[in-house]
Amino acid sequence: MSDVTATATSDRGFFDEAKYSGIFGWIFSTDHKRIGLLYFWCIVAFFCIGVVLGLLIRLELFAPGETIMGPQAYNAAFTLHGVIMIFLFIIPGIPAAFGNLIMPIQIGARDVAFPKLNLFSWYLYITGAIMAVTSLFTGGGPPDTGWTFYVPFSAQTSTNVSLAAMAVFFLGFSSILTGLNFVTTVHRLRTTGMTWMRIPLFTWSLYATAWIQILATPVIGITVALLFAERVIGAGLFDPTQGGDPIMFQHLFWIYSHPAVYIMVLPGMGVVSDIIPVFARKPAFGYKAIVVSSLAIAFAGSLVWAHHMYTSGMSDMAVLIFSFLTFIVAIPSAIKVFNWLATLYQGSILLDPPLLYALSFILLFTIGGLTGLVLGAAATDIHVHDTYFVVGHFHFVMFGGTGMAFFAAMHYWLPKIYGRMYDKTVATVAWGVIFIGFCILYITMMVVGMQGMPRRYWDYLPEFTGLNQLATVGSWILAIGLILMFVNVFRGIFKGDPAGANPWGGASLEWQISSPPTMENFGEEDPVVTHGPYDFKKAGIL
Amino acid sequence: MSGHIHKDYTGAKFGMWLFLFTEVLLFGGLFILYSVYLARYPKEFISAGKELNVWFGGGNTLVLLTSSLFVAVSITALRRGAKRLCLGLLGGTIACAAIFMINKYFEWSAKIHHGIYPGSPHMKEMMPGEVTFFNLYYLTTGLHGIHVVIGGLILTWAMILIKSGRVNADDWVILENAGLYWHLVDLIWIFIFPLYYLILH
Repeated sequence: MSDVTATATSDRGFFDEAKYSGIFGWIFSTDHKRIGLLYFWCIVAFFCIGVVLGLLIRLELFAPGETIMGPQAYNAAFTLHGVIMIFLFIIPGIPAAFGNLIMPIQIGARDVAFPKLNLFSWYLYITGAIMAVTSLFTGGGPPDTGWTFYVPFSAQTSTNVSLAAMAVFFLGFSSILTGLNFVTTVHRLRTTGMTWMRIPLFTWSLYATAWIQILATPVIGITVALLFAERVIGAGLFDPTQGGDPIMFQHLFWIYSHPAVYIMVLPGMGVVSDIIPVFARKPAFGYKAIVVSSLAIAFAGSLVWAHHMYTSGMSDMAVLIFSFLTFIVAIPSAIKVFNWLATLYQGSILLDPPLLYALSFILLFTIGGLTGLVLGAAATDIHVHDTYFVVGHFHFVMFGGTGMAFFAAMHYWLPKIYGRMYDKTVATVAWGVIFIGFCILYITMMVVGMQGMPRRYWDYLPEFTGLNQLATVGSWILAIGLILMFVNVFRGIFKGDPAGANPWGGASLEWQISSPPTMENFGEEDPVVTHGPYDFKKAGIL
Repeated sequence: MSGHIHKDYTGAKFGMWLFLFTEVLLFGGLFILYSVYLARYPKEFISAGKELNVWFGGGNTLVLLTSSLFVAVSITALRRGAKRLCLGLLGGTIACAAIFMINKYFEWSAKIHHGIYPGSPHMKEMMPGEVTFFNLYYLTTGLHGIHVVIGGLILTWAMILIKSGRVNADDWVILENAGLYWHLVDLIWIFIFPLYYLILH
């Protein structure tokens, strides 16, 4: 990287500074911004595939009985929808794409702590992604277990679960190494004056997330490895005929996969925490409380895994304890929501697209969180377990939360990375369409779930037809909104007007450098930080 | 660990320690299963555990502890500029890794010869708890064996770097991190050995 010459004044920044030409300038680059963009484009591509699968699922459910696909194809479609959305989009989404792009700049670093390891993580991600896609076309056909791979079915089905499980192993390894890199980066590479209490909240949330990635992901690694061993060499640690216990699979699976929910949502909360103060023109209310709540979520979120298993066979005492712990996680989440609202209160609000997406995060995530309490309470959970209510709930949290935050991050930071601005009017319209489609689709799911429609079923009773059709229409509106949004953003970042260094008036470090940033992010001298990330007065914004 | 301009030793070691946490948690899943199934099938675990040969396990424990000593001394040797001594000690470590694996090979083949392996006809006649024990035994020691091989390869790579002079008395963090990894391999065995070979007797 030291061979970079004086092209720093070029207005295309790091895009003009590559060691190798063409595609090799990307796939061999250890620059965090290039790796971030590699992740970003892969993640967007997989998101689109996941959306298409989701639309196909909704289309099949447009009427009872077979509409466009048979039961086996339907099982494969929702399994892949889950695997792709969870492991290829939501988990790496914000940390690997925007974390790589923005986090080092926010703390005044020129790169992450281990740039080569960072590139290696991307290769692991791509390997896992290719394996996941290959599992569709090889072996006994696409996996049909659901993304949770529950035994005993996953150990017995003839579909290609083995390859899909190994794909999860590789993706997990990628996630671990990214987390390890980020924790080390935040500890070691903060610039002069970047004290812990001056770190932007986005980076703080990534830091908390990275710890979960490090501490929880190995458990899913060993779990899918054991599933693989059961399928391939017949060593059935979860097979009752060999003395194993399928419930242990569920425990190990959720010991990772519940904390993984916070891997998914914490970075989204970080995005929102960064956006709200900028567009309210006010310092973040309760900065320290937001920091502490991120860490509290990371900690408490690791202790609640068995609330996915109330109906799987546990003692009442265990159910009681896990239910109680689940309610505890609601506290730091609520602290964040109240702090965001307090930040907006009496601010001079600029209703630009990033803020709109961030606001819809707050509303939809709150609904998702509150319906989560319905599921966290054992008594009500028994009633709605495995119904569409659960599907509606987690789409509110995952899509309404993390998905919206991903879009907010796109609208907020892509103009920085590409140096060009999209059409804000179209972005606002797209936001409105997405919001309406989202509510029609997922609120309807919750209602039909409350009425007793089970999830994962290919067929349903005729009395659910009306609501299912409404949900499917919602999915079309949502898809139109998504197309509008992506086309507008991507047209904007390639052909739009120059965005300038600080289009939103942010006070954190990424807004103090040119757009696009140069290869080394900062000039000869490392930046010296003298104020907090939301101190707009000292930053000269106000 | 990176080709960065300023070498940050604390950062490199910090990263390595984080990685070692993840390894502990990876094996943690297997140890959780061990504890749950031991509580469920204490009698079967004891009867199956008697099949394991404490001499094989004990011998391998000695071999691994010795190898860890070699690694620790080799780092000090390199820092004091004794390159040849360092290389010799690392060679000793890798030899220990090889002895460990050969030992393991004989131990496993003896078991397999007696018809004890996952999915075997003999295992089907055993009580469920005993089958669980042997499944756990094979998967845990197998995963550990893979780590011994990886550790050996990492140390070989470190030896090549030392030989070429890229890792030397002034720049030794790669060797130290490789050594940390090797100690982890040793540490996990220190837990496997008593749990499988000693406490069930």
